[in-house]
Amino acid sequence: MLSLLGSAAIIAALLGALMSVVTGYWGGFKQRPAATEASRYGIYFVFFCMSAAVAVMEIALLTHDFSVSYVAEVGSRSTPTYFTAISLWSSLNGSILFWGWILAAYALLVTWVTRDRHPRFTPFVNGTLMVVGLFFFGLLAGPANPFGHLSPAPADGPGPNPLLQNHPLMGLHPPLLYLGYVGMAVPFSFGIAALLSGNITERWLQATRRWTLAPWAFLSLGIVAGAWWSYDVLGWGGYWAWDPVENASFLPWLVATAFLHSSMVQERRGMLKTWNLSLIVGTFMLTLFGTFLTRSGVLDSVHAFTEGSVGPLLLGFVALITLATLALIAWRSDRLHAPGTLEGTASRETAFILNNLLFVALTFTILLGTIFPLLMEATKGQRISVGPPYFDMVVAPIGLLLLFLMGVGPQLPWGAVTWERVVKLLWKPATVGVVAAGLMVALGMRAIYPVITGGLGAFTLTTIVDEFRRGMAARRHISGARGPVALWELLSKNGRRYGGYVVHTGVVIVIVALSVSQHYRTEREVTLHRGERANLGKYSIGFDRVFAREEPQRVVVSSEFPIYVGDKQVAIMSPALKFYNSSQQPVTTPAVRSTPAGDLYLTLMAFDRQNGESATVRAILNPGVPWLWVGGLLVGIGAIFSIRSRRKRGLGVRRGAVGAAGSPSDDEQEVVGA
Amino acid sequence: MSEHKGRRSGKKKLWAGLGLVAVVAALAMLIGGGLKDNLVYFLTPTELEARGASVQGEAVRLGGQVKPGSVHWNADHHDLRFVVTDGKTQIPVHSTGSPPSMFQEGIGVVVEGKFDSNGTFQSDNLMVKHSNEYHPPTKGESPRETFKTLMPGNGTSGSKD
Repeated sequence: MLSLLGSAAIIAALLGALMSVVTGYWGGFKQRPAATEASRYGIYFVFFCMSAAVAVMEIALLTHDFSVSYVAEVGSRSTPTYFTAISLWSSLNGSILFWGWILAAYALLVTWVTRDRHPRFTPFVNGTLMVVGLFFFGLLAGPANPFGHLSPAPADGPGPNPLLQNHPLMGLHPPLLYLGYVGMAVPFSFGIAALLSGNITERWLQATRRWTLAPWAFLSLGIVAGAWWSYDVLGWGGYWAWDPVENASFLPWLVATAFLHSSMVQERRGMLKTWNLSLIVGTFMLTLFGTFLTRSGVLDSVHAFTEGSVGPLLLGFVALITLATLALIAWRSDRLHAPGTLEGTASRETAFILNNLLFVALTFTILLGTIFPLLMEATKGQRISVGPPYFDMVVAPIGLLLLFLMGVGPQLPWGAVTWERVVKLLWKPATVGVVAAGLMVALGMRAIYPVITGGLGAFTLTTIVDEFRRGMAARRHISGARGPVALWELLSKNGRRYGGYVVHTGVVIVIVALSVSQHYRTEREVTLHRGERANLGKYSIGFDRVFAREEPQRVVVSSEFPIYVGDKQVAIMSPALKFYNSSQQPVTTPAVRSTPAGDLYLTLMAFDRQNGESATVRAILNPGVPWLWVGGLLVGIGAIFSIRSRRKRGLGVRRGAVGAAGSPSDDEQEVVGA
Repeated sequence: MSEHKGRRSGKKKLWAGLGLVAVVAALAMLIGGGLKDNLVYFLTPTELEARGASVQGEAVRLGGQVKPGSVHWNADHHDLRFVVTDGKTQIPVHSTGSPPSMFQEGIGVVVEGKFDSNGTFQSDNLMVKHSNEYHPPTKGESPRETFKTLMPGNGTSGSKD
């Protein structure tokens, strides 16, 4: 019954999408408002159908209807309700259903918001979004159908992969990532619509800004949540391993970040038209490629579910879209001429262009390291892997250059600028940076990377603080607001600029925390009997007991390790191992004690299985790690302010060229003029 | 500003071009070198032995089965020795750090590490190959049975007293 209902909803969504594609492109090419209207209603219908399909699946999961094939695959009567509800995305077919639903939701939002705008343009957006939809709904109707009917229905199922039902972040990390991934289909569709309509002015870019920022923010938070999940579940004390699936989420983030910056150059200076189109198409390609990597089974990981026909189909779709886009760009090449030119060696746009080169270089290196093993195995049958040192070695220097640019770029005016001016703008923060680095060395830090990172971080943070100081002074002039009120006004009235600075602050914090935690991690593994102690840093770790506890779906072997600083007991930590009925491999549950300086991280490695008299624990001191999550959160908050703000100015692209000598404070005048 | 532009733009383009070439070259070197030095080969015991001295000191991944009867685990010194075999060749492995809880004789493992000059494989990272496929626990294998003695109320000394 539910199988039938779900399948019917998918088929209906497929037909609705087909209708929207036809009417969208028809309405666009022939300029028929009625057809455009029809494509919009098609999308409403698609959203309705996909919502129905997701609702049916949730009902099936929650009522344990094992006649539905997906429920039989991931459901279990003993799984807690929360994890049953979110097991929608714990295996292949369900996650594609979720993908399709989010796409439909984005399409609904886009077509609703743009219903009275850009009539030459929106029908193509509708059509293109639904081309993507067609592919995914097609997968759902055929090879990845989650609504298969099983008869007779099994009495119970295995439950989700134990790793995926062990931490509440599973309810957050995948949806955030999906919102990020799928959302990139929107700016992609805008870019394609610009090419198709032939109206390749800066308008599509302005329309795209928020539609890129929102998924970008989701993707950022999704990546951070994933790192956090990995830290809290996998028990190795790290948060990032350059695993191909991690890279798969990082690659589109890099290209989208490049796009967010370079689109500003096009807005202001009319440069980089083709480049921007390529970046946004590239971003979407990489999200599809990421979906392919994680969903095709070419990789052996917790993210790769099964092998099947979905992988090759996805790869084919990526190839098809890439070819179609290249053909479109070639077809419209006469309209892609960019009028602007670089005027000065040192200028905001130069900084942006450098920024873009670095981001693309990063993308390329990480992509190479990620797919090299696949290529080697495919061509030579040689099984290899690319070690994390490769990524660290290449990414660290590029990351530092980007950190430096993050301080310099926003200080530089658009257009041409003299070197004297550059020195005048930057000598103060540069001094702060050098002093900070000197202090770190004086305090005994000797590793080169953390010191450089700290110095550059201080430099960049100083420029940001200075921006806020000047902005708040300007607010005082305008509205008399001071302190937090002025800060709030600044963020809400000129969020595009100051939200951006908040994002930058978050990124600086993340980079510094990464560097510190990578270089100053200390760890030891020790077997403790009751009453014994082991020292790590300022902590002394004792051992009380190991005990087991029975829960419906698993047995939890937990422990009690009292933690002392000096003679004072500061905490009892309880790292655990969880043994699921359905799996031979226990799931580790490390215990983490966070302080502003860093984490103490305990993983239970082994224990006396008879009496619980002794246990082996891996203890790790991870300085700086909590700041990763703080920085990540700041990125999200900054992005929200940036998304909220509308562009104040009627702007012409040429304005930047006219006011080329504009100072960094020209955006404050924007506020005045508003 | 604009009267300087024509005169200076050619020179600037040259500099920008040179800069770009330098950046790309540096990057290519970085990437090429980095990739070459950090490739980790996945080898079976037979392949590892065939390569012999040529892979000494290089990071490789060794995949095979833990030979039954070969495991020696010293819990106090965290010292683990066992033999990995593919049926034809046997490679002695030494590892510090406690084995993963799934580790047992006869199971498939992947060991990451280096072949030393004594012909012992020094492992930095020991991974157990396990299937994600569901199989119902056999009798005596269920976690409930295994950890009975550790449950407060059931056991001998599980509780703190």
